[in-house]
Amino acid sequence: MEEIEQAVADAHRREWAFVLAATARVTGDFDLAEECVQDAYIAALDAWTRDGVPRKPGAWLTQTARRKALDLLRRDKVFRSKMPLLVEPDSEPDGTEMHLTDDEDAIPDDRLRLIFTCCHPALAREAQVALTLRLVCGVTTPDIARAFLVPEPTMAARLTRAKKKITAARIPYRVPGAADLPERLDAVLSVIHLLYTTGHTAPSGGELVRADLVDRAIALTRMLLALMPDEPEVRGLLALLLLTDARRASRTDADGRLVILEDQDRSLWDRAAIAEGRDLAVGAFRTGRVGRYAVQAAIASLHAIAASTATTDWKQVVALYDVLLRIWPSPVVALNRAVAVAMVDGPSTALDEVQRLGEDDRLAGYQYLPAIRADLLRRLKRFEDAAEAYRAAIALADNAAEREFLESRLAEVVDSAAGRSSGG
Amino acid sequence: MPQYAVIIHSPAPADPMDLTPDYVALLEGYGPKVAELGGTIVTGFALEPSTTATSIRGDVVTDGPFTEAKEVVAGFFVLEAPDLDVALAIAKLNPACIDGGVEVRPLFNPPA
Repeated sequence: MEEIEQAVADAHRREWAFVLAATARVTGDFDLAEECVQDAYIAALDAWTRDGVPRKPGAWLTQTARRKALDLLRRDKVFRSKMPLLVEPDSEPDGTEMHLTDDEDAIPDDRLRLIFTCCHPALAREAQVALTLRLVCGVTTPDIARAFLVPEPTMAARLTRAKKKITAARIPYRVPGAADLPERLDAVLSVIHLLYTTGHTAPSGGELVRADLVDRAIALTRMLLALMPDEPEVRGLLALLLLTDARRASRTDADGRLVILEDQDRSLWDRAAIAEGRDLAVGAFRTGRVGRYAVQAAIASLHAIAASTATTDWKQVVALYDVLLRIWPSPVVALNRAVAVAMVDGPSTALDEVQRLGEDDRLAGYQYLPAIRADLLRRLKRFEDAAEAYRAAIALADNAAEREFLESRLAEVVDSAAGRSSGG
Repeated sequence: MPQYAVIIHSPAPADPMDLTPDYVALLEGYGPKVAELGGTIVTGFALEPSTTATSIRGDVVTDGPFTEAKEVVAGFFVLEAPDLDVALAIAKLNPACIDGGVEVRPLFNPPA
């Protein structure tokens, strides 16, 4: 029995997106599709216990979910006449005549349609993220609510509103054409990246890594790469996530405190993930169509292969930030570049850069600006100015582990400042 | 085929008599583009300037548009399009988007 439960759980993790995407094509409605797919997973427990786990669990689940959908649709003619979710007419199977088959290859793979619909630009970013977790990853509403620290009814309402908009506004269930693809794919990648960063640095609360979101984001990117192997930015994003996540074990100490890159125990880094990430980044660069994720991955891989911050190829890091700024002119990128500049040209030059960036309104309230300023001032032994900057950074930090780190640095510079004034 | 209201917002007071010749020329070229992209304009209206509007909230009657903003509703049309992607592609080309913007909103279809 436990074995069967495990098989169903595995199929949930691996096949949910495929099963839901194929069922949505029949139902023309996400709510009904979700219901039928959930029923199929419940039915699987009994059926697989009785008959054994099928050779192709995904095909079995899809067939079962689609049968349920067709039954319901036959009974409810009114509902059926609405068929709200649009599918390309040329590939739309007629629900009543569709022949169900055990052959997985005969079931169209609609996962890309599903992802692009969930990340449609007519939906707000927070709705895109919630829909992707619910419909593509099969995460339950209470779990999504917990991950984003909102009350469950709020998350449920957000999902309902988004699905209602898809239906009422006729957001089409299709993969965008070549002309719109770059922009639409970028939205999909942004959603996945946001999932990752939310898990990686929980914006508030005590735990620095919400591992489940990180794993979901990586799995989602792997799936996307399998479906779109020729898109260098998908490759670049997977590389970036793997290379960043490879450092997971060293980012916090035994007590959950933040450990900065410089002090991380590099023997804890996941070498296999680093190797895979590097290969993917190289693959993305080889296409000659380099985007922001591939460049960020290249920067991450320079850190990943260095034995220490002292032996990191900082000149190359700065050069890659220059490339990144050309593709993606963002003040946050410029700020990160300044950190690398400090390692090449010294903290004084970097501080000038940071002061200049501080005048950019877009960075107002960005917690890493005063944090970076503080660190540069500390290295320049301007302890009183550093203390002031640390206080500003602490006021903006909402992650407990990060705040604790900043507070310990503040105590250090306050001590140094006091030592200097008493010692002369 | 689904129908959408495309509501046009232009800088107040959005007087149709003050449209520049350039804008009028763009409007004249708009119809053919709509058809080219696979849509049909079912009906549409331009409104007198917002200085002629009167608003009623509860039982209070006031002079002016319902919401105070830099842009006001200048008109609307009903667009028939196969899906939101097509509707948005068409709406984006409307000259109102140059100095104002449009809201695309599906018409309500009462359930059968």
